[in-house]
Amino acid sequence: MTTISIDNVSRWFGNVVAVNDVTMTIGPGVTGLLGPNGAGKSTLINMMAGFLAPSNGSVTLDGAVIWRNEQAYREIGIVPERESMYDFLTAREFVVANAELHGLPDPAAAAQRALATVEMEYAQDRRIETYSKGMRQRAKMASALVHEPSVLLLDEPFNGMDPRQRLHLMDLLRRMGAEGRTVLFSSHILEEVEQLAHHIEVVVAGRHAASGDFRKIRRLMTDRPHRYIVRSSDDRQLASALIAHASTAAIELDLREDALRIQAVDFAGFTEFLPRIARDHGIRLFTVSPSDESLESVFSYLVTA
Amino acid sequence: MSVTTAPAGRGALQPVAGPRLYHPTVARLTYRALLGRRRALLLFLLPLLLLVIVSAVRGLAHADDSTANDVLQGFALSAMVPLVGVIAGTGAIGPEIDDGAIVYLLAKPIRRGTIIFTKLLVAIGVTMAFSAIPTLLAGYILNGNGQNIAVAFTVGAAVASVAYAAIFLLLGVLTRHAVVVGLVYALVWEGVVGNVVPGARTLSVQQWALAVAQKVAHGDLVSSDVSLTTGVVLLAAVTVAATWFAGRRLRSLKLAGEE
Repeated sequence: MTTISIDNVSRWFGNVVAVNDVTMTIGPGVTGLLGPNGAGKSTLINMMAGFLAPSNGSVTLDGAVIWRNEQAYREIGIVPERESMYDFLTAREFVVANAELHGLPDPAAAAQRALATVEMEYAQDRRIETYSKGMRQRAKMASALVHEPSVLLLDEPFNGMDPRQRLHLMDLLRRMGAEGRTVLFSSHILEEVEQLAHHIEVVVAGRHAASGDFRKIRRLMTDRPHRYIVRSSDDRQLASALIAHASTAAIELDLREDALRIQAVDFAGFTEFLPRIARDHGIRLFTVSPSDESLESVFSYLVTA
Repeated sequence: MSVTTAPAGRGALQPVAGPRLYHPTVARLTYRALLGRRRALLLFLLPLLLLVIVSAVRGLAHADDSTANDVLQGFALSAMVPLVGVIAGTGAIGPEIDDGAIVYLLAKPIRRGTIIFTKLLVAIGVTMAFSAIPTLLAGYILNGNGQNIAVAFTVGAAVASVAYAAIFLLLGVLTRHAVVVGLVYALVWEGVVGNVVPGARTLSVQQWALAVAQKVAHGDLVSSDVSLTTGVVLLAAVTVAATWFAGRRLRSLKLAGEE
């Protein structure tokens, strides 16, 4: 049972605050670190991996500070986002080298097990420079798993992978989590996290926006006020009919855009009610468009929720 | 070199060895990276150029001891050795830091000092192989080791290789522009300033190495601006200080900030 604790951690680069007073605990099982690009996910993972010192606060592995603590790598396996490896080596040579660097008693056997785990035996004697993105990712995984770490940190592991490779990696990570390892992966794609992690940590603009069971956070996301732009054959009549319904919180008649700006509080109720009321009143709908569906706006809502 | 038993970890596979000063895997990765890249061509070109020059000098003119001294000091020691040092020293670590592959070394239970010391040994070995050995050959071609000049400059190139490898390895850790900075240092400071500006000569690796060469050579053709003691002490001091500082900087190397 290995736990990473992040306590009141901030990290700034010059005047830019990348991570702002974040506190979270990553325990056994699969945890998704979710947030838009530039939210501070990589900075957090780099601090957990001991590649970056927090400007403030502490990052510990079972109570031991990770920064400048080489012994922590006996427990941690890292799959970095960057592509570069020792491309002139074959995957087998690369993983064996990693096993040797960990000081394992039988590097060749450990490497063989790790390569089998990621199903890379068929290409293990080819140079890494000839690999596709997905194959490189698996070689990186094998190098991270070779010493059977209790913590696995993966920075955007699904980037550039095809669907089959993605499913395979998800299966592998699920298995690792089920075995009791602490697996943390970062992603900016909601669906990826949804498929893999029950527990998620959400970061937005360097701040810890949400934490906990994915379904609860997903519900929070779904139940947030949604904004729509609607254009119809009779905006005023549609507005008066909508405002009478509980799913609608506010309506603005935007004369310049010739549209209604609607804020709905009950996503399911509103999407069901709008077409029905339009049909009942003989109003034709020309445009029904969500105006705040970007991931950033969803995450931003979580910060204030 | 010290080998100690590692403290028991909690992972399923326990390591058999812990901290040590030299790591063979780090060495293997380093020399394969050094000799496998295109920049390694330069490692072969510079000694080849020296051998072509000395062959031409030998074939076209009467090569006496004085000529041998001029060529070995003017090209081998003042240009070839520092340039090979730049390629080997910066190349031993700079590209790995630039492309991020160093993460696979740093994310291991290995002391940063071990990584630096191992890379230094590889850089020294490569610099010596591509500078001291060609210097010996060149010396024998020029005057058949008259006045022990070939051996003297070979020893000089060897001790200079140690200091250059340490200096340029440090540059590789300190800056992403290590090759440019190293070339400026090698060509401007060691090649020009260290040769013509009297005060600067005492702060030149070349002069320190010459002091050692002077001791080895017979006769008085080989001369240095610094005494043997000063030369040896400064060579050792620079090597130790650069290696220590490189280890210290690697320990604080931050591999982040890309977001």
